[in-house]
Amino acid sequence: MLPYLSIGPAVVPVPALLLLAGVWVGTGLAEGAALRLGLNRETLANLILYSLIGGVLGARLGHVLRHPAAYLADPLGVVALTPSTLWVDAGLAAAVITGWVYGQRHALPLRRTLDALATGLAAFLVAVGLAHIASGDAFGAPTDLPWAVTQWDARRHPAQVYETGLAIGILAIIWRRPLGDTAPGLNALLLVALTAAARLFLETFRGDSVLWVGGLRAAQVVALAVLVAALALMRAWAVAPKDAP
Amino acid sequence: MSLESPLPAPTRLIWLTDRRRWTALTGVVLAAGLLWIVLARADEAATTGGAPPPSPREGFSAPDFTLEVRGGGQMTLSELRGSVIVLNLWASWCPPCRAEMPALQAVHDDYADQGLVVLGLNTLFQDGLGAAEAFITEFGLTLPVVFDESGAVSLRYQLRAMPTTFFIDRRGVIRAVVVGGPMSEALLRAQVDELLAEAP
Repeated sequence: MLPYLSIGPAVVPVPALLLLAGVWVGTGLAEGAALRLGLNRETLANLILYSLIGGVLGARLGHVLRHPAAYLADPLGVVALTPSTLWVDAGLAAAVITGWVYGQRHALPLRRTLDALATGLAAFLVAVGLAHIASGDAFGAPTDLPWAVTQWDARRHPAQVYETGLAIGILAIIWRRPLGDTAPGLNALLLVALTAAARLFLETFRGDSVLWVGGLRAAQVVALAVLVAALALMRAWAVAPKDAP
Repeated sequence: MSLESPLPAPTRLIWLTDRRRWTALTGVVLAAGLLWIVLARADEAATTGGAPPPSPREGFSAPDFTLEVRGGGQMTLSELRGSVIVLNLWASWCPPCRAEMPALQAVHDDYADQGLVVLGLNTLFQDGLGAAEAFITEFGLTLPVVFDESGAVSLRYQLRAMPTTFFIDRRGVIRAVVVGGPMSEALLRAQVDELLAEAP
Protein backbone atom coordinates (compact mmCIF):
# COMPACT_ATOMS: atom_id res chain seq x y z
CA MET A 1 0.00 0.00 0.00
CA LEU A 2 1.24 3.45 -0.92
CA PRO A 3 -1.78 5.74 -0.73
CA TYR A 4 0.05 9.05 -0.50
CA LEU A 5 3.39 10.60 -1.24
CA SER A 6 4.34 13.59 0.86
CA ILE A 7 6.46 15.97 -1.18
CA GLY A 8 7.22 18.96 1.00
CA PRO A 9 3.87 20.49 2.01
CA ALA A 10 2.05 18.71 -0.83
CA VAL A 11 0.28 15.38 -0.42
CA VAL A 12 0.16 13.48 -3.69
CA PRO A 13 -2.46 10.70 -3.85
CA VAL A 14 -0.79 7.78 -5.63
CA PRO A 15 -4.08 6.11 -6.63
CA ALA A 16 -5.13 9.28 -8.46
CA LEU A 17 -1.82 9.30 -10.32
CA LEU A 18 -2.35 5.68 -11.35
CA LEU A 19 -5.85 6.48 -12.57
CA LEU A 20 -4.50 9.41 -14.59
CA ALA A 21 -1.92 7.08 -16.11
CA GLY A 22 -4.76 4.70 -16.92
CA VAL A 23 -6.66 7.46 -18.70
CA TRP A 24 -3.56 8.38 -20.67
CA VAL A 25 -2.76 4.81 -21.76
CA GLY A 26 -6.42 4.02 -22.35
CA THR A 27 -6.89 7.07 -24.54
CA GLY A 28 -3.88 6.08 -26.61
CA LEU A 29 -5.22 2.56 -27.11
CA ALA A 30 -8.68 3.87 -27.97
CA GLU A 31 -7.20 6.24 -30.55
CA GLY A 32 -5.33 3.32 -32.14
CA ALA A 33 -8.53 1.29 -32.25
CA ALA A 34 -10.36 4.25 -33.78
CA LEU A 35 -7.96 4.31 -36.72
CA ARG A 36 -8.43 0.59 -37.27
CA LEU A 37 -12.21 0.95 -37.18
CA GLY A 38 -12.29 3.85 -39.61
CA LEU A 39 -13.18 6.49 -37.03
CA ASN A 40 -11.64 9.92 -36.73
CA ARG A 41 -8.94 9.61 -34.12
CA GLU A 42 -9.13 13.24 -33.04
CA THR A 43 -12.90 13.12 -32.67
CA LEU A 44 -12.64 10.08 -30.42
CA ALA A 45 -9.91 11.70 -28.32
CA ASN A 46 -12.14 14.76 -27.92
CA LEU A 47 -15.07 12.57 -26.90
CA ILE A 48 -12.94 11.12 -24.10
CA LEU A 49 -11.69 14.56 -23.05
CA TYR A 50 -15.13 16.15 -22.97
CA SER A 51 -16.57 13.15 -21.15
CA LEU A 52 -13.89 13.50 -18.48
CA ILE A 53 -14.50 17.23 -18.11
CA GLY A 54 -18.25 16.66 -18.02
CA GLY A 55 -17.76 13.92 -15.45
CA VAL A 56 -15.72 16.10 -13.09
CA LEU A 57 -18.09 19.06 -13.40
CA GLY A 58 -21.09 16.78 -12.98
CA ALA A 59 -19.58 15.17 -9.90
CA ARG A 60 -19.03 18.54 -8.25
CA LEU A 61 -22.45 19.87 -9.31
CA GLY A 62 -24.05 16.70 -7.97
CA HIS A 63 -22.33 17.21 -4.62
CA VAL A 64 -23.50 20.83 -4.49
CA LEU A 65 -27.10 19.86 -5.27
CA ARG A 66 -26.94 17.11 -2.67
CA HIS A 67 -25.72 19.48 0.05
CA PRO A 68 -27.18 22.89 -0.78
CA ALA A 69 -27.08 24.16 2.82
CA ALA A 70 -23.36 23.43 3.11
CA TYR A 71 -22.59 25.40 -0.03
CA LEU A 72 -24.88 28.27 0.92
CA ALA A 73 -22.78 28.61 4.09
CA ASP A 74 -19.54 28.38 2.10
CA PRO A 75 -20.13 29.34 -1.58
CA LEU A 76 -16.41 29.25 -2.40
CA GLY A 77 -16.50 25.55 -1.58
CA VAL A 78 -17.98 25.02 -5.04
CA VAL A 79 -14.56 25.65 -6.58
CA ALA A 80 -12.44 24.05 -3.82
CA LEU A 81 -9.76 21.69 -5.09
CA THR A 82 -10.75 18.69 -3.05
CA PRO A 83 -11.77 15.35 -4.51
CA SER A 84 -13.81 14.59 -1.40
CA THR A 85 -16.52 16.93 -2.68
CA LEU A 86 -17.23 14.90 -5.79
CA TRP A 87 -20.31 12.69 -6.07
CA VAL A 88 -19.04 9.79 -8.16
CA ASP A 89 -22.46 8.52 -9.30
CA ALA A 90 -23.43 11.93 -10.62
CA GLY A 91 -20.04 12.25 -12.28
CA LEU A 92 -20.41 8.94 -14.10
CA ALA A 93 -23.88 9.88 -15.30
CA ALA A 94 -22.63 13.27 -16.47
CA ALA A 95 -19.67 11.68 -18.29
CA VAL A 96 -21.95 9.26 -20.15
CA ILE A 97 -24.42 12.01 -21.08
CA THR A 98 -21.61 14.30 -22.24
CA GLY A 99 -20.10 11.53 -24.35
CA TRP A 100 -23.48 10.65 -25.78
CA VAL A 101 -24.28 14.24 -26.76
CA TYR A 102 -20.80 14.73 -28.26
CA GLY A 103 -21.12 11.49 -30.24
CA GLN A 104 -24.53 12.50 -31.57
CA ARG A 105 -23.33 15.95 -32.60
CA HIS A 106 -20.35 14.49 -34.45
CA ALA A 107 -22.34 11.61 -35.95
CA LEU A 108 -20.13 8.95 -34.41
CA PRO A 109 -21.43 5.44 -35.09
CA LEU A 110 -22.42 4.08 -31.67
CA ARG A 111 -21.23 0.50 -31.87
CA ARG A 112 -17.88 1.14 -33.54
CA THR A 113 -17.24 3.97 -31.11
CA LEU A 114 -17.92 1.62 -28.21
CA ASP A 115 -15.56 -0.92 -29.77
CA ALA A 116 -12.86 1.71 -30.04
CA LEU A 117 -13.36 2.71 -26.43
CA ALA A 118 -13.37 -0.91 -25.21
CA THR A 119 -9.60 -1.50 -25.41
CA GLY A 120 -8.91 1.77 -23.66
CA LEU A 121 -11.45 1.04 -20.97
CA ALA A 122 -9.96 -2.41 -20.42
CA ALA A 123 -6.56 -0.78 -19.87
CA PHE A 124 -8.12 1.73 -17.50
CA LEU A 125 -9.60 -1.12 -15.44
CA VAL A 126 -6.06 -2.45 -14.92
CA ALA A 127 -5.16 0.99 -13.56
CA VAL A 128 -8.18 0.83 -11.24
CA GLY A 129 -6.88 -2.46 -9.83
CA LEU A 130 -3.41 -0.94 -9.31
CA ALA A 131 -5.00 2.10 -7.67
CA HIS A 132 -6.80 -0.21 -5.27
CA ILE A 133 -3.50 -1.92 -4.42
CA ALA A 134 -2.01 1.50 -3.65
CA SER A 135 -4.95 2.80 -1.65
CA GLY A 136 -5.97 -0.36 0.20
CA ASP A 137 -9.55 0.09 -1.01
CA ALA A 138 -11.59 -2.85 -2.30
CA PHE A 139 -9.88 -5.00 0.30
CA GLY A 140 -10.35 -8.72 0.82
CA ALA A 141 -12.22 -10.81 3.36
CA PRO A 142 -10.31 -12.26 6.31
CA THR A 143 -8.65 -15.60 5.56
CA ASP A 144 -5.94 -17.96 6.82
CA LEU A 145 -4.73 -18.91 3.35
CA PRO A 146 -0.93 -18.92 2.91
CA TRP A 147 -1.02 -16.04 0.41
CA ALA A 148 -3.09 -13.80 2.67
CA VAL A 149 -1.81 -10.27 3.21
CA THR A 150 -2.03 -8.21 6.38
CA GLN A 151 -4.24 -5.25 5.76
CA TRP A 152 -6.49 -3.18 7.98
CA ASP A 153 -5.56 -5.14 11.08
CA ALA A 154 -6.33 -8.61 9.69
CA ARG A 155 -4.96 -11.30 7.39
CA ARG A 156 -7.01 -10.95 4.22
CA HIS A 157 -7.43 -12.16 0.67
CA PRO A 158 -5.29 -9.95 -1.60
CA ALA A 159 -8.49 -9.03 -3.42
CA GLN A 160 -6.88 -6.05 -5.15
CA VAL A 161 -4.25 -8.37 -6.65
CA TYR A 162 -6.99 -10.74 -7.82
CA GLU A 163 -8.79 -7.76 -9.31
CA THR A 164 -5.69 -6.54 -11.14
CA GLY A 165 -4.89 -10.02 -12.43
CA LEU A 166 -8.40 -10.46 -13.79
CA ALA A 167 -8.29 -7.01 -15.37
CA ILE A 168 -5.01 -7.87 -17.12
CA GLY A 169 -6.58 -11.10 -18.40
CA ILE A 170 -9.60 -9.20 -19.71
CA LEU A 171 -7.34 -6.62 -21.38
CA ALA A 172 -5.46 -9.45 -23.11
CA ILE A 173 -8.73 -10.93 -24.40
CA ILE A 174 -10.11 -7.59 -25.58
CA TRP A 175 -6.77 -6.77 -27.19
CA ARG A 176 -7.00 -10.00 -29.21
CA ARG A 177 -10.59 -9.22 -30.34
CA PRO A 178 -11.75 -12.85 -30.46
CA LEU A 179 -15.04 -11.82 -32.12
CA GLY A 180 -13.32 -9.82 -34.88
CA ASP A 181 -14.75 -6.59 -36.29
CA THR A 182 -17.48 -8.06 -38.47
CA ALA A 183 -20.30 -7.19 -36.09
CA PRO A 184 -19.74 -3.72 -34.58
CA GLY A 185 -20.15 -3.38 -30.84
CA LEU A 186 -19.48 -7.01 -29.94
CA ASN A 187 -16.02 -6.37 -28.50
CA ALA A 188 -17.43 -3.63 -26.27
CA LEU A 189 -20.19 -5.95 -25.07
CA LEU A 190 -17.62 -8.70 -24.53
CA LEU A 191 -15.73 -6.31 -22.26
CA VAL A 192 -18.92 -5.60 -20.30
CA ALA A 193 -19.70 -9.31 -20.00
CA LEU A 194 -16.18 -10.27 -18.92
CA THR A 195 -15.97 -7.42 -16.42
CA ALA A 196 -19.33 -8.38 -14.92
CA ALA A 197 -18.27 -12.04 -14.73
CA ALA A 198 -15.02 -11.04 -13.04
CA ARG A 199 -16.89 -8.97 -10.46
CA LEU A 200 -19.33 -11.82 -9.87
CA PHE A 201 -16.39 -14.09 -9.11
CA LEU A 202 -14.23 -11.61 -7.24
CA GLU A 203 -16.87 -10.22 -4.90
CA THR A 204 -16.85 -13.53 -3.01
CA PHE A 205 -13.40 -12.66 -1.70
CA ARG A 206 -14.10 -9.02 -0.84
CA GLY A 207 -14.32 -7.84 2.75
CA ASP A 208 -16.32 -4.69 2.07
CA SER A 209 -19.38 -6.11 0.32
CA VAL A 210 -22.69 -4.36 0.70
CA LEU A 211 -25.13 -7.06 1.81
CA TRP A 212 -28.76 -7.40 0.88
CA VAL A 213 -31.47 -9.59 2.35
CA GLY A 214 -30.26 -13.07 3.22
CA GLY A 215 -26.61 -12.05 3.09
CA LEU A 216 -26.61 -11.73 -0.69
CA ARG A 217 -23.80 -9.54 -1.93
CA ALA A 218 -25.33 -6.61 -3.81
CA ALA A 219 -22.49 -6.30 -6.30
CA GLN A 220 -22.87 -9.94 -7.33
CA VAL A 221 -26.59 -9.59 -7.99
CA VAL A 222 -26.00 -6.48 -10.10
CA ALA A 223 -23.06 -8.09 -11.90
CA LEU A 224 -25.11 -11.15 -12.85
CA ALA A 225 -27.91 -8.95 -14.20
CA VAL A 226 -25.39 -6.97 -16.26
CA LEU A 227 -23.75 -10.18 -17.50
CA VAL A 228 -27.03 -11.68 -18.71
CA ALA A 229 -28.09 -8.38 -20.30
CA ALA A 230 -24.74 -8.12 -22.10
CA LEU A 231 -25.08 -11.68 -23.43
CA ALA A 232 -28.60 -10.94 -24.69
CA LEU A 233 -27.45 -7.73 -26.36
CA MET A 234 -24.48 -9.52 -27.92
CA ARG A 235 -26.79 -11.86 -29.77
CA ALA A 236 -29.11 -9.02 -30.79
CA TRP A 237 -26.19 -7.03 -32.21
CA ALA A 238 -24.66 -10.10 -33.88
CA VAL A 239 -27.81 -10.87 -35.87
CA ALA A 240 -28.44 -7.20 -36.67
CA PRO A 241 -24.98 -5.74 -37.20
CA LYS A 242 -26.26 -2.36 -38.35
CA ASP A 243 -24.38 0.58 -36.89
CA ALA A 244 -25.84 4.03 -36.69
CA PRO A 245 -24.99 7.35 -35.06
CA MET B 1 2.10 -7.45 -33.07
CA SER B 2 -0.89 -8.46 -35.11
CA LEU B 3 -4.30 -7.52 -33.85
CA GLU B 4 -6.01 -10.11 -36.03
CA SER B 5 -7.75 -12.96 -34.30
CA PRO B 6 -6.71 -16.42 -35.55
CA LEU B 7 -10.33 -17.52 -36.04
CA PRO B 8 -12.21 -16.68 -39.25
CA ALA B 9 -15.23 -14.47 -38.71
CA PRO B 10 -18.04 -17.02 -39.34
CA THR B 11 -16.57 -19.46 -36.79
CA ARG B 12 -16.27 -16.70 -34.21
CA LEU B 13 -19.89 -15.69 -34.51
CA ILE B 14 -21.55 -19.08 -34.99
CA TRP B 15 -22.50 -19.35 -31.32
CA LEU B 16 -23.87 -15.85 -31.32
CA THR B 17 -26.04 -16.20 -34.39
CA ASP B 18 -27.47 -19.58 -33.36
CA ARG B 19 -30.38 -18.64 -31.12
CA ARG B 20 -30.67 -22.04 -29.41
CA ARG B 21 -26.99 -22.28 -28.59
CA TRP B 22 -26.81 -18.74 -27.26
CA THR B 23 -29.97 -19.13 -25.22
CA ALA B 24 -28.58 -22.34 -23.73
CA LEU B 25 -25.27 -20.63 -22.95
CA THR B 26 -27.05 -17.69 -21.33
CA GLY B 27 -29.17 -20.10 -19.28
CA VAL B 28 -26.09 -21.96 -18.07
CA VAL B 29 -24.38 -18.69 -17.17
CA LEU B 30 -27.47 -17.49 -15.29
CA ALA B 31 -27.85 -20.75 -13.36
CA ALA B 32 -24.15 -20.93 -12.50
CA GLY B 33 -24.18 -17.28 -11.48
CA LEU B 34 -27.17 -17.72 -9.20
CA LEU B 35 -25.58 -20.76 -7.59
CA TRP B 36 -22.33 -18.84 -7.06
CA ILE B 37 -24.21 -15.92 -5.50
CA VAL B 38 -26.03 -18.23 -3.09
CA LEU B 39 -22.80 -20.00 -2.14
CA ALA B 40 -21.06 -16.66 -1.62
CA ARG B 41 -23.62 -15.32 0.83
CA ALA B 42 -22.05 -13.72 3.86
CA ASP B 43 -23.10 -12.55 7.26
CA GLU B 44 -22.31 -9.04 8.42
CA ALA B 45 -19.45 -10.23 10.59
CA ALA B 46 -17.58 -11.28 7.44
CA THR B 47 -17.75 -7.78 6.03
CA THR B 48 -17.46 -4.33 7.52
CA GLY B 49 -21.19 -4.26 8.29
CA GLY B 50 -22.52 -4.94 11.77
CA ALA B 51 -19.83 -4.33 14.39
CA PRO B 52 -16.65 -3.80 12.35
CA PRO B 53 -13.26 -4.32 13.95
CA PRO B 54 -11.12 -1.28 14.77
CA SER B 55 -8.91 0.02 12.00
CA PRO B 56 -8.22 3.55 10.75
CA ARG B 57 -10.20 3.43 7.54
CA GLU B 58 -13.68 4.00 6.24
CA GLY B 59 -16.09 1.26 7.26
CA PHE B 60 -14.18 0.20 10.39
CA SER B 61 -14.58 1.18 14.03
CA ALA B 62 -12.41 4.09 15.07
CA PRO B 63 -9.52 2.74 17.17
CA ASP B 64 -9.96 3.82 20.76
CA PHE B 65 -7.51 6.00 22.64
CA THR B 66 -7.15 8.02 25.81
CA LEU B 67 -5.18 11.27 25.68
CA GLU B 68 -4.50 14.33 27.78
CA VAL B 69 -6.89 17.19 27.08
CA ARG B 70 -5.74 20.78 26.89
CA GLY B 71 -6.79 22.42 30.11
CA GLY B 72 -6.49 19.25 32.17
CA GLY B 73 -7.96 15.78 32.41
CA GLN B 74 -8.16 12.97 29.93
CA MET B 75 -10.46 12.12 27.06
CA THR B 76 -11.31 8.62 25.83
CA LEU B 77 -12.69 8.44 22.31
CA SER B 78 -15.14 5.63 23.05
CA GLU B 79 -16.76 7.73 25.77
CA LEU B 80 -17.98 10.06 23.01
CA ARG B 81 -20.02 7.22 21.48
CA GLY B 82 -23.44 8.56 20.51
CA SER B 83 -21.97 11.79 19.17
CA VAL B 84 -20.79 12.47 15.65
CA ILE B 85 -17.05 13.11 15.83
CA VAL B 86 -14.72 14.99 13.51
CA LEU B 87 -11.22 13.93 14.52
CA ASN B 88 -8.64 16.25 13.02
CA LEU B 89 -4.92 15.47 13.34
CA TRP B 90 -2.86 18.63 13.07
CA ALA B 91 0.43 20.33 13.83
CA SER B 92 1.21 24.01 14.22
CA TRP B 93 3.88 24.02 11.49
CA CYS B 94 1.58 22.52 8.85
CA PRO B 95 0.23 25.20 6.42
CA PRO B 96 -2.92 23.27 5.36
CA CYS B 97 -3.73 22.72 9.05
CA ARG B 98 -3.61 26.46 9.55
CA ALA B 99 -5.76 27.05 6.49
CA GLU B 100 -8.56 24.69 7.51
CA MET B 101 -8.65 25.30 11.26
CA PRO B 102 -11.04 28.32 11.05
CA ALA B 103 -13.54 26.13 9.18
CA LEU B 104 -13.27 23.43 11.85
CA GLN B 105 -13.87 26.00 14.58
CA ALA B 106 -16.87 27.44 12.68
CA VAL B 107 -18.41 23.99 12.30
CA HIS B 108 -17.79 23.32 15.98
CA ASP B 109 -19.57 26.56 16.88
CA ASP B 110 -22.57 25.84 14.66
CA TYR B 111 -23.12 22.16 15.43
CA ALA B 112 -21.91 21.56 18.99
CA ASP B 113 -25.44 21.69 20.37
CA GLN B 114 -26.64 19.14 17.80
CA GLY B 115 -24.39 16.34 19.01
CA LEU B 116 -21.18 17.08 17.10
CA VAL B 117 -17.73 16.90 18.66
CA VAL B 118 -14.89 18.43 16.66
CA LEU B 119 -11.80 17.01 18.30
CA GLY B 120 -8.42 18.46 17.45
CA LEU B 121 -5.60 16.02 17.96
CA ASN B 122 -2.28 17.82 18.10
CA THR B 123 0.59 15.58 17.03
CA LEU B 124 2.76 16.82 19.86
CA PHE B 125 5.47 14.20 19.24
CA GLN B 126 6.39 16.22 16.14
CA ASP B 127 5.32 19.62 17.39
CA GLY B 128 6.19 21.87 20.32
CA LEU B 129 3.82 22.56 23.20
CA GLY B 130 4.58 26.27 23.01
CA ALA B 131 3.97 26.38 19.27
CA ALA B 132 0.75 24.38 19.65
CA GLU B 133 -0.51 26.74 22.36
CA ALA B 134 0.34 29.76 20.23
CA PHE B 135 -1.57 28.19 17.35
CA ILE B 136 -4.62 27.60 19.55
CA THR B 137 -4.51 31.16 20.83
CA GLU B 138 -3.98 32.61 17.35
CA PHE B 139 -7.09 30.89 16.00
CA GLY B 140 -9.12 31.36 19.17
CA LEU B 141 -9.91 27.67 19.35
CA THR B 142 -12.62 26.60 21.74
CA LEU B 143 -12.99 23.10 20.32
CA PRO B 144 -11.44 20.39 22.50
CA VAL B 145 -7.79 19.66 21.79
CA VAL B 146 -5.91 16.53 22.88
CA PHE B 147 -2.18 15.97 22.72
CA ASP B 148 -0.50 12.89 21.25
CA GLU B 149 2.83 13.22 22.99
CA SER B 150 4.18 9.74 22.31
CA GLY B 151 2.91 9.44 18.75
CA ALA B 152 1.20 6.15 19.54
CA VAL B 153 -2.25 7.34 18.49
CA SER B 154 -0.95 8.88 15.27
CA LEU B 155 0.79 5.59 14.53
CA ARG B 156 -2.39 3.64 15.28
CA TYR B 157 -4.28 5.92 12.91
CA GLN B 158 -1.60 5.37 10.25
CA LEU B 159 -0.98 9.10 9.92
CA ARG B 160 0.73 9.58 6.56
CA ALA B 161 0.15 13.22 5.78
CA MET B 162 -0.86 16.38 7.61
CA PRO B 163 -3.61 17.18 8.22
CA THR B 164 -5.75 14.04 8.28
CA THR B 165 -9.40 14.07 9.30
CA PHE B 166 -11.67 11.21 10.29
CA PHE B 167 -15.46 11.53 10.25
CA ILE B 168 -16.92 9.13 12.83
CA ASP B 169 -20.61 8.31 13.16
CA ARG B 170 -22.65 7.84 16.34
CA ARG B 171 -21.80 4.11 16.42
CA GLY B 172 -18.09 4.88 16.41
CA VAL B 173 -17.59 3.80 12.80
CA ILE B 174 -15.30 5.82 10.54
CA ARG B 175 -17.40 6.98 7.61
CA ALA B 176 -14.91 9.11 5.71
CA VAL B 177 -11.23 9.96 5.82
CA VAL B 178 -9.77 13.10 4.28
CA VAL B 179 -6.00 13.05 3.93
CA GLY B 180 -4.33 16.37 3.26
CA GLY B 181 -5.99 19.70 3.09
CA PRO B 182 -7.15 22.30 3.48
CA MET B 183 -10.73 21.05 3.61
CA SER B 184 -13.38 23.50 2.57
CA GLU B 185 -16.02 24.45 5.10
CA ALA B 186 -18.59 23.13 2.62
CA LEU B 187 -16.97 19.69 2.74
CA LEU B 188 -17.03 19.71 6.54
CA ARG B 189 -20.67 20.79 6.68
CA ALA B 190 -21.74 18.28 4.03
CA GLN B 191 -20.14 15.37 5.90
CA VAL B 192 -21.44 16.50 9.27
CA ASP B 193 -24.97 17.12 7.97
CA GLU B 194 -25.13 13.57 6.59
CA LEU B 195 -23.92 11.97 9.81
CA LEU B 196 -26.11 14.08 12.09
CA ALA B 197 -29.15 13.25 9.95
CA GLU B 198 -28.74 9.57 10.75
CA ALA B 199 -30.83 8.15 13.55
CA PRO B 200 -29.02 8.02 16.93
